[in-house]
Amino acid sequence: MTYQVIGTRPIRPDGVEKVTGRAVFGADVQLPGMLYGKVLRSPHAHARIVSIDTAAAAAMPGVYAVVTGADLPEVPMEPAARLGEDQTQIKEIILAGDKVLFDGHPVAAVAALSPDLAEAACRAIRVEYELLLPVTDILDAMKETAPLLHPNLYTNVWGGVRPEKPSNIAGHIPISRGDVAAGFAEADVIVEREFRTSMIHQGYIEPQVATAKVGEDGQVIIWTSTQGSFDARGQVAGLLDLPPGKIRVIPCEIGGGFGGKSKVYLEPLAVLLARKAGRPVQLVMTRAEVFKATGPDPRGIIRAKVGARRDGTITALEGWLAYEVGAFADSAVGSGVSCMFAPYSKVSNLRLDGYDVLTNRPRISAYRAPGAPNAAFAAESVIDELAAMLGIDPIELRLKNAVRRGDLTPAGRRWPAIGLVEALEAARATPHYQTPLQGPNRGRGVAAGFWGNWDGTSSVHLVINRDGSVALTLGAIDLSGSRASMAMIVAEELGIPYAQVKPQIGDTDSVGYSDVTGGSRSTVTTGWACVKAAQDARRHLCEEAARAWDCPVDEVAYVPGTGCVHGGEVLTLKELAEQGPIYGVGTMSGAGGSPAFAVHIADVEVDPDTGKVAILRYTAVQDVGRAIHPAYVEGQLQGAVAQSIGRALYEAYVYDSEGRLLNPNFLDYRLPTFVDVPPIETVLVEVPNPAHPYGVRGVGEAGAVPGAGALANAVCRATGHRLCDLPMTAEQICLASLRHG
Amino acid sequence: MLELITVTATINGDAMTFLCEPRQSLLEILRGELRLTGTKEGCSNGNCGACSVLLDGRVVNSCLVLAVEVDGRHVTTVEGLAREGKLSALQQAILEHAAVQCGFCTPGVLMTATALLRAHPDPTEAEIRQFLAGNLCRCTGYDKIARAVSDAAQRMKEATAL
Repeated sequence: MTYQVIGTRPIRPDGVEKVTGRAVFGADVQLPGMLYGKVLRSPHAHARIVSIDTAAAAAMPGVYAVVTGADLPEVPMEPAARLGEDQTQIKEIILAGDKVLFDGHPVAAVAALSPDLAEAACRAIRVEYELLLPVTDILDAMKETAPLLHPNLYTNVWGGVRPEKPSNIAGHIPISRGDVAAGFAEADVIVEREFRTSMIHQGYIEPQVATAKVGEDGQVIIWTSTQGSFDARGQVAGLLDLPPGKIRVIPCEIGGGFGGKSKVYLEPLAVLLARKAGRPVQLVMTRAEVFKATGPDPRGIIRAKVGARRDGTITALEGWLAYEVGAFADSAVGSGVSCMFAPYSKVSNLRLDGYDVLTNRPRISAYRAPGAPNAAFAAESVIDELAAMLGIDPIELRLKNAVRRGDLTPAGRRWPAIGLVEALEAARATPHYQTPLQGPNRGRGVAAGFWGNWDGTSSVHLVINRDGSVALTLGAIDLSGSRASMAMIVAEELGIPYAQVKPQIGDTDSVGYSDVTGGSRSTVTTGWACVKAAQDARRHLCEEAARAWDCPVDEVAYVPGTGCVHGGEVLTLKELAEQGPIYGVGTMSGAGGSPAFAVHIADVEVDPDTGKVAILRYTAVQDVGRAIHPAYVEGQLQGAVAQSIGRALYEAYVYDSEGRLLNPNFLDYRLPTFVDVPPIETVLVEVPNPAHPYGVRGVGEAGAVPGAGALANAVCRATGHRLCDLPMTAEQICLASLRHG
Repeated sequence: MLELITVTATINGDAMTFLCEPRQSLLEILRGELRLTGTKEGCSNGNCGACSVLLDGRVVNSCLVLAVEVDGRHVTTVEGLAREGKLSALQQAILEHAAVQCGFCTPGVLMTATALLRAHPDPTEAEIRQFLAGNLCRCTGYDKIARAVSDAAQRMKEATAL
């Protein structure tokens, strides 16, 4: 199949807006009469709220509304809410109930004439706290003697029964097959280690922001930077007990999300305040608030064990994972379990145990392949150590054990067509891998990673204008350039130039339901909806042509690039559209997963005196199915590498013993900069997803999985020390050298 | 009520007068008073570079400059880069290299890179990366931005040579 548009690299349709400063992001919205909101947050990690006195704040001139947890309606909700990508929000996260459960937990919110005044009013609110013992350690939290965060929370055991006593363990996922003990007995070599990863943040540069207007008729309009406008609508409706039809969410341009902007925090507060004040209200988080009170990526303890025969054949794999979910139930460990050993899951003997554990920290949210990079760091570290012990090339060892179509997945299903072997072979063939790394204090690391990719639902519609241009309205948020690939798909299907398609993101009243842009689903599912909408428009064009020719519609064919044809006659798309607007509608659900594997190669040099890691060369290889816009696919791989570098070398939440966050800013929580990240070479492997019209696989997340493992393996080969804790800071590397000499 | 101070500055070529409180940052005034919202607020303590603007040709974090300090001076924001309906060579290169993902850091990156190319028309990749190290981008992995800046420098050199 040859394509006209797919696979080219056009300029994105919203590009000019983005380079001229005209694109409207959440905080750029300003409404007439708008007030500014601020949130009063708990300075304590765990405390009972004895009393809140808002009288002085409410009496300040220029203060229009003050709200507390008492202003949120009682809505029946499962204590754990719904988990996974289809997320709801828990009302006590929006505004605390009778307890505060993390440093930064919202206690009250104020709307006033200026942000300064709102802040002053927050300071005038008197809150009396009775301090409780904070739960700050994962293993302590799991003990029966630990203080309980929620007295009514019982472990949700996957495929098991609810325990009799409540605990801080929100979830337990056990997976097992074969005989692990026998598998290890069969092994000539066994590697077993315990790894620790830190709580880290998505680090989007745009802080959370929401603006709301509430009419006297109860109609609510929300402007927000969200990954899912319909999710935001649903969450606000659920939290405030409003019919979704009363709420219109207008999505603004979004300054990065990576999973972290899929749950609402400020939106319900903006609505509550706007309703009470009778004026529009905008709330913007400070960077410190973003760190303290949005949804970071979990800290984890991961034990990984692998056994293999001398020839490299893995005989048993075992993993134990405990992930911190923060102060309210959530889950990231499920994907930790399913991704940890996914590249090698054909092994006969496999056991995985995952726990989601509550502590007095902010409740986690999704962060680019949530749960998988931590687990893969552990798994790929022991696999690498195995390769070194057996004297086998690390790519060869992985190839020997790599899963192919028809092999068992970790959960015991069968892999569909996948591209792990192809990705490993492509990695081995790169000029990077073929060039030996020389010099002292240098090391090369390799790792593989897996992400399943979600499908969800997307809706789009298009209208062909009289001049033949196409207005395309998309329901799923564009995080990083998907408008371009959606326009490309429509142009391909209709056989018109890319520039003739004008995509826009609709609001919740102007387009059909679409799930959050997450799970790397957008190009797969929204792209498929675009195919359907274009085909629907083609049908309508054919009907129009059949009317003009006075012939049965099934005698008319649509030929992309030509138009409708019947015998020797042709009516172009433009000629047909001149007769009246032509519509096309597409909704897609159930595209299925699009499993994707990535392989990374990293060369590092470690300064033996300072422990500083310099990344000399980095190559990211990934099975992308089909690259619609290869430049943006490369960009996904490169962005994922940069985030992996942060995870591996720099980033960590640092809390004191009382559970207070010590580094909620970009100086003390260090994101990789231009000088920390090397040029990133990319190799796009295309093993088409057989379920998809264009063979597309999700690409955003798989590339975030192997990076930390590749860098840890490189550091190990450079220094001779296996670092089992992330981040591998210069200090940690020096300490490892001192410990081992 | 606090005493407001009158400030007159040249902003993107226009003489503009505004009132501000002594404690207000240039960023607050640009975004709030002058509605030049292309300049972004990412951290408000000088660590992310999203609010970078040119002050008398030098790149500064506008969150760390008091608005009163710009009296009598020249400020250029991202809104001032395109001239006579034409994008600057840098803006064009950023687009063609797909060096924008979310676009939130882009205005700050453009301002810093503009200052770089004015001072060093022919920078090495290492110089580009060093100069831009104060501009955080979480989406792109920096690769395509560095290539775009290098390409823009090349194009500007060729344009001058003509």
